[in-house]
Order: sequence, then structure tokens, then C-alpha cells
Amino acid sequence: MTAVPAPLSPPRGILHRPKASTGFWSWWTTVDHKKIGILYGGLGLVFFVIAGIEALLIRLQLAGPNGTVLTASQYNTLFTMHGTTMVFLVGMPIATAFGNYLIPLQIGARDVAFPRLNMFGFWVFAFGGLFIYSGFVLGGAPNGGWFGYTPLTSTPITGGALPGHGPDFWAIGLIMLGIGSVTSGVNFVVTILNMRAPGMTLMRMPVFVWMMLVVAFLTVFAMPAVTAALIMVFFDRNFSTNFFVAAAGGDPLLYQHLFWLFGHPEVYILILPGMGIVSEILPVFSRKPLFGRSVVIFSGIAIGFLGWGVWAHHMFATGLGPVATTAFGLATMLIAIPTGVKIFNWMGTVWGGSLRLNTPMLFSLGFIAMFTIGGLSGVTHSIVPADTQQTDTYYVVAHFHYVLFGGLIFAIFGGFYYWWPKMFGRLLDDRIGKLNFWLMLIGFNLTFFPMHFLGLAGMPRRTYRYASGMGWDNLNILVTIGGFVIASSVLVFLVNVVKSAKNGEVASADPWDGRTLEWSIPSPVPEYNFAEVPEVHAADDFWHRKYTEDEEGRLVRLPAGGADDGAHHGDGHGIHLPSPSFFPMVLALGLPILGYAAVFKNPWLAIPGAVILLFGIYAWTIEPGTAED
Amino acid sequence: MRHPKWRTGAPVLLAGIALALAGCGGSDNHQNTLKPHGTDAGKIKDLFVPILFVAIIIGVLVLGATIYAAIRFRHREGHPDNPKQVHGNTTLEIGWTIIPALILAVVAIPTVSTIWDLAERPTGPKVLQVDVTGKQWWWQFGLPKQPMVPQATALDAKKPGTGPIITSTELHIPVGTKVDLSLHAFDVIHSFWVPSLSGKKDVMPARTNHLTIEANQPGIYRGACAEYCGLSHADMRFRVVAEPMAKWKAWVARISGPPLGAYGTAAKPTDVYTLTSKTYGCTNCHTFTDPHLATYGPNLTHLASRSTFAGGTLELNHKNLKAWIMNAPKFISMESKDCRLPPPATCVGMPSFTKNTPKGQKTMTSEDADTIVNFLLGEK
Repeated sequence: MTAVPAPLSPPRGILHRPKASTGFWSWWTTVDHKKIGILYGGLGLVFFVIAGIEALLIRLQLAGPNGTVLTASQYNTLFTMHGTTMVFLVGMPIATAFGNYLIPLQIGARDVAFPRLNMFGFWVFAFGGLFIYSGFVLGGAPNGGWFGYTPLTSTPITGGALPGHGPDFWAIGLIMLGIGSVTSGVNFVVTILNMRAPGMTLMRMPVFVWMMLVVAFLTVFAMPAVTAALIMVFFDRNFSTNFFVAAAGGDPLLYQHLFWLFGHPEVYILILPGMGIVSEILPVFSRKPLFGRSVVIFSGIAIGFLGWGVWAHHMFATGLGPVATTAFGLATMLIAIPTGVKIFNWMGTVWGGSLRLNTPMLFSLGFIAMFTIGGLSGVTHSIVPADTQQTDTYYVVAHFHYVLFGGLIFAIFGGFYYWWPKMFGRLLDDRIGKLNFWLMLIGFNLTFFPMHFLGLAGMPRRTYRYASGMGWDNLNILVTIGGFVIASSVLVFLVNVVKSAKNGEVASADPWDGRTLEWSIPSPVPEYNFAEVPEVHAADDFWHRKYTEDEEGRLVRLPAGGADDGAHHGDGHGIHLPSPSFFPMVLALGLPILGYAAVFKNPWLAIPGAVILLFGIYAWTIEPGTAED
Repeated sequence: MRHPKWRTGAPVLLAGIALALAGCGGSDNHQNTLKPHGTDAGKIKDLFVPILFVAIIIGVLVLGATIYAAIRFRHREGHPDNPKQVHGNTTLEIGWTIIPALILAVVAIPTVSTIWDLAERPTGPKVLQVDVTGKQWWWQFGLPKQPMVPQATALDAKKPGTGPIITSTELHIPVGTKVDLSLHAFDVIHSFWVPSLSGKKDVMPARTNHLTIEANQPGIYRGACAEYCGLSHADMRFRVVAEPMAKWKAWVARISGPPLGAYGTAAKPTDVYTLTSKTYGCTNCHTFTDPHLATYGPNLTHLASRSTFAGGTLELNHKNLKAWIMNAPKFISMESKDCRLPPPATCVGMPSFTKNTPKGQKTMTSEDADTIVNFLLGEK
């Protein structure tokens, strides 16, 4: 293990430049996009387990009528934290993990455009997540719902409705996380637009990269809307502003417009990476190119644009009036079209292929099936009058879990199994993986399918207990059992991870016969990624180095194609990479301290926070991107 | 390769889902969107169910195709591993863009017309106007806001103390009468939802939303707050009691009158007067004598005309009511401190009168509680 260099005074830079590129301490200062990706993914998984435990507690409480496992206050905190965690601390970071790891590899680059900013984004995520969770011990975890509707959340503490500092931690924490997301969004946009290998035109980019480009744009434009709303919430609570105080001329509905103007694109920020992942996996395991590749890409872009025009479908019950609800209802129907096109194109990819039903493929097929159910129940929400019966019931809970769990989480697990060998050099066990998949598929449907019926039978969501005799008891037991089956599948996954680390099958550079550039380089990927920057001649360039088509359009293996197992092309000596740095962490550390100062209205805490922040910015600015050798 | 099992599988699956749906619709808990008892809920169901079935059919087809493809096209050892490289098919792709678009266009027509139909507010003398106020965590109903249905005599605007009848937790309406609800929020956003009668409508501060309900049959329909409104959102339930016009008028006449029992006055106090107005300060938030007064807490005049209380979570009987007034937070979580201060109190909900009694105040005794409960239960 390499020790941390002592902070002394070298000629340039304020702290001694960290040098470690391997070992424990390298993870704290790394600017390597692959390490940062793994950090995002690892911490995202930790939060996934935490959010899962929260969900299990919720399900224990709701297993029967008039549950007594949790108090109302505990329940409200748990459903708030489950939602907040899954959206901001699991879905987005794990998508960012894949983006970080894969975007440079898939476009043939050696790193992202702004390596230190990349690490800064991770630290903001880490500190932001810890900050929100610190509410549990520092005067109230968030309890106003992940959506935090005003005036409930914006009413000062003396109002009594939401006791404690919950909404303060929530508002400040999300503002911080937003800073991290925007920096990573900017980074991805610039990386994808500027750092592609020669010949990698936009339409030759892998679909995953395309989807991440759309996501990055959405993130950059969506986060400011919610940040503005959160600042107003915080000011209403703490500085007696009246943005959402109806009696003083404010408007609570203003918040909902701002929140959902972020919140709906956010749904696509979460699902498009999943769509990108399965668009990579399906062709590889079908041994066929993605059906209608450009249509899949344009559908993703269309979803990105249309996603801005449907926010008010979260507000059909608020009394917007028939003109607005008609417009947003129709726009919502419209967005089903590109979504459907994607599903059909994935089917077209699989159809007539030579399918290998390995774990990544199973999860991807599961994604198609589950996401279809979620998409169709989504269409029933666009039937505005029906939505007024469905919104805020378990029907909606079923819907968005089919989209986000059946969609994003299935894709993420597929992605884990698919890219694990590339990231760690060892495969995850396929038999255990299949057990993982089937347990998750069964548990997932057991959990969320009955919720459709519960919602239609009138069970409202966000309620910590329900009366007996409503006909909901049996289905709720099923749902709770399903939750534990999901938990068991996650345990199986963790076992698989441990087993793979101990004695997993060592992966070749190209274990799945892949199509994209990351499979052309050794597993695990060397620090410099590509010994020689590749030249790209087609979409799925690596595939075309290995295969061609005969007159009938059938696959023919080329004699000399294949991956670089490190045997040729040199050893990457002399490649100049950005150097590790302390300052992303230092700068990010200033934020939670300022956050605590804001929550507790303590100016004395603001001073060290501001000093650390300014020191971080200043030191970062004068530090060269790459240390002199 | 053929899989005859699968060919029968799809209809079986479809039938299974339909059965499950029907089975679900079968249990009518009077809070079921698929078992409407009101005009608008019926329109919504009639719009939703056919579209749902179209969605189910599409879903079964896509799922079936996925499963079929996974089995049919899986690679088998010894078989050639060189599938035809199909990059796309413009006709197909245009087809599966246009066909969903057409289906959605067809779906859009009844959707839009129903949106406008449901948005229309009923007018005319036969419409009952009701003011609904959502408060953390109970519902207050004021009826009628203006002359309506051939009137009950008790509502004479010239008499002092008359005006809307204020009641809570249970809203009585006549069957077959359109009820135009004006929705107000006292504090935060709530949502008024009686699934058997209509879809939900949010209840916003400083903004009046309207919702029409009309019950087609007599019955007790369950409602719930459907927007998360803080600590005890789950317990903010209510009921709509739909009864024939004659019965409803009798109810109006009964509950708009003065209390039946002797409550007393400051000059001539009774036991219950002293306990509720002085000792325990109940009248800071409630009234026992005026059916037309909107108080901080629920109006308790004619409390015994209801079957439930405490946000509709408890049945109204001696045991429940006594336990409640002695220690309400045991039943519903509330942020309530000492509520013997005059309103506007900073607390939300009923305090406990048996725990954490402030200095100089009396802890409620069982006998005192009995006295209050006995009075209240006499007020039908």
C-alpha cells in the first residue's frame, strides 16, 4: 500500500501531488474514469442494499392491515428515503458508473474530457448521500416524500406538520447531488462530442453512448429546475420567504411545475441508460446487429425531447383544467410511440438470432417484458379521467416499478453480468447468475403485479396503515413475500460477486464475442485503455474486424480478427495520463459543511465550509492537469 | 420447432388475467374504482376498462413473442451459429410506428371527450353545493353553501347563527342528486377521493377546485385523502353517505338544530360545560352547541349522528370515544402538545389529556371522560 504523501510545499500546487495509481489510497485521489466508475457503482450498490432494507421494512409494516411494525413517522421517513435513495443514490449513480466506465472505452478514448471534475462529481455524490442520511442522527431524516410537495415541506418547523430538520436535509442534499449530476453530465457531453476516436462518427457510436449523451443533456437541463424549487423550499422554511405560502400570495402549485419539469425528464434520465445497456447486450447474445439501429437511436432522442413536454401528467388531479390536461394527456400518448418502436426493434433484434441465454441476455429479455408491462400501464395513465382514479394509488406504484425496477434495475444487473469480466478480469458465475435472474423475475412480479389490483381496488399509496376488511389483505401478503424474494436474489448476486473475486473464471479480452471497442482491449482494462488509439470504420467496428457476411447475409468468421490480449500493440509505455489529485475531494468536502451550516443556520460552520471550498477551487485551479514527471 | 403448449398458453394467460381482474372487481369494498356507484366513476370505468383490455392484449402479444423468441431462437449445440444478419426493415419499422399511433389516436377520442365531460360543473337549482375543507388530518363539510334542493326549514338566513351546516368525516348526500363540491385546503395539499363515486381532485390552499359527485344508489362509500399530507395522512379517511332524498332531508333537519341535551352556559354551567369549556379547554378547538360554526377542530354538535370518528378510523361507541378523548395520540399519530391554549394553536391534532399534563392543569379522570362521552353520544 502506498502511503499518502505528506502535504508539504512543492514548487507547484499546494499539496504534494498524490502519486498512487494502485492500492487503497489510489481510490481517494484517482482521476481514472474506470476507477471512478467502479466507485460510483460500488457506492450505488451500497445504497441499493440500504434502499432495499427500507423497502423490506415498509413491506413488513404493510403485510397486514393496521400494521404496528413502524410508527407513522418512521414509515413516512422510510418511504421518503426509499424513493430519494433509489432515484438519486442508486439509479443515477449506477447509470453514471456504467457511463464513466464505458463511454471512453466505447468511443476509443483514454479518459473523459475533465478527469478531475469527474472525481469531483463522485465525491459530491458520496458526501451528498452521506449528508442526507446523516439526518437520521442529526435531527430528522427527510420525511416529506421524494417529491417533497409544498407547502408541506416548505412550512417552517413550528408548523408541526413535518417535525424536525427532514426537509432541510432533503433540500440541501438534493441541491448538492444536483451539482454532482450536472458536472458529470457536462463531462459526458464534452467527452462524447470531442473525444471520439478517428472514424467514430456520431452514427457509428454504440447505442449505449448515444443514450448516455441524451441522458447527459437531460441532466444538465433538468437539474436547474429542481434546484430552483429546492432553494425556494429552503428559503420558505428558514428565511420566511413566501414562494409557496398561498395566504401570502405565493402558490404551492408553482413547486409542482418546477419539480416535475425536472421530475419527468428524470424518469428518462433513469431509463435511457437501461435502454442503452440492453441495446448493447441483445445484439451480442443474438449474434445479430441491432435491428433498425438508427431508429433506436432517434427514438431515444425523441423520447429525450418529448420528455420535456409531459411533466403535467403528474398533476392531472391538481385542477389544471381541461385544456392543460388534454394537451398533456395527448403528449403522454405520443411518447408511447418511440418507446414502443424501441421495444419492437429489440424484438426484431432477437428474432431469427442465435440466442445465448446467458445471464446478461436473460436480464435483457426480462427488461423487454417487464418494461412493456410498465409502458402499457403508463399509457393507461394518459387516459386522464382514468388517471384521476389511479394517481397516488398502488396502481402507480406498480407502474413505475415496472418501468424503473423492471426496466432500469434489470438492465443494470444485465450490465453487471455483461461487463463484470471487462471491469474485474473475472466472470460472474453464470449458473448463480441464472438463479439470481429467476429469483428476481419471480420476486419482482410477485411484488409489483398485485399492486395493480390493489390500486384499482382503492388502496392509496404513502399510507402507513390500512383498515382491515377492504379486501386488500391477501394481495398485500403476496407483495411482502415477493419483496423478500427480491431481497434473496440480491443476496445471490452478492454471493456471486464474492465467489467471482475469490475464484471466478478468468476472463479473456472478449468473453462474449462482443461488438464494441471495449472488447478489443485486455480484461481488466489497462490504465491507459488503448495502447494505440483505434481507427473506426463502421458501427460495431470490432465485430467487423472479426466477422463478415456471405451473399445470404449469414455470418462468416474472418481468419485474423480478434481482441488484443495485450500481446501486441506495445505496453502503453509513454502514454501520458492525467495525474491523481486531492482537490476534487477537498472541494467536495466544503459542500456538506456548508450544508450543515445552512440546515442549522450556523454561520460559524459556514466559515470552515467556505474556506475549504475556496481553498479547493484555488488549489485545483493552479494545479496542472498532469504532474510533471 | 413447434411448441403446441405455447399456442394454448397465450389464451390461458389472457383468460387468467381477465379472471384476476374480474375477481378483483368482485370484492366491492365501496372504495373500488372498478365497482362504481356514481355517475362519473361509471364513466371513468367505462372508458378505462376497454383500453385496459387492449393494453393487456398488446402486452400478452409482446410477452408471448419474447418468450417464444427466447425458446425458438436459442442456440443449440451442434446447430449452425451463423444467423442471417438483418439490419432492419423499413416497412416493418414504419408499420410499428404507425399502428401504435393509430391505436392511440382511437384511444384519444373518447379520452378527450370524457375529460371535457367530467370538467363541466353542474348548474341549476337541483344541484347541491358543498364546501369541503381538508385539514391535517380530517375533512370538514359545509352544506349547503347556497339555497339548493327544496330546502330544509332549519336553514333560514335571517336567524342568527345559521349558515352552512358544518360537519366532519361523514358527508351525507341525497341519491341521484349532482353534488358540486368546492374544495379548499386549510393547511397543506390534500386530495379528495371517493373511488366509488368519481376520480380524485386535489385540495389546494388558496385555490378552489371543483369536483362533481353523484351517487346512483344508496350506500356508504369510503373515501381517503390521496395526497401525502404529513404525519397521519394514512388516517385521513372519510365516508360519503348517500341516502334517499327524504331520509337526507330528515338528516339535514336533525343536525342543523341545537343540541338535544343540556350543555349549559357560563351563567348556568352543567358538569359537561365546566369540563369542556374550562377544565380541559375542549372548546378552544371544538364547539358542542352550534352546528353552523367552523372550528379549528371538528364541530362536535350532533356528533352521535355519525358512525365513525377520528378521520373515519374508529367506530363511534362509548369505549372508543372515551379512550380517544383521554389519549387521542395513542390512536392517531399527531404533533399535538398542550392544546389548552387558545387557537390558533401550533399543534396539529388532539392532545393527550392523560399524559404529559402541563403544570397547574388537570389530568383527565375516567369519570370526567364518561361525563363528556355520555353527553356527546346523546347528540344524534
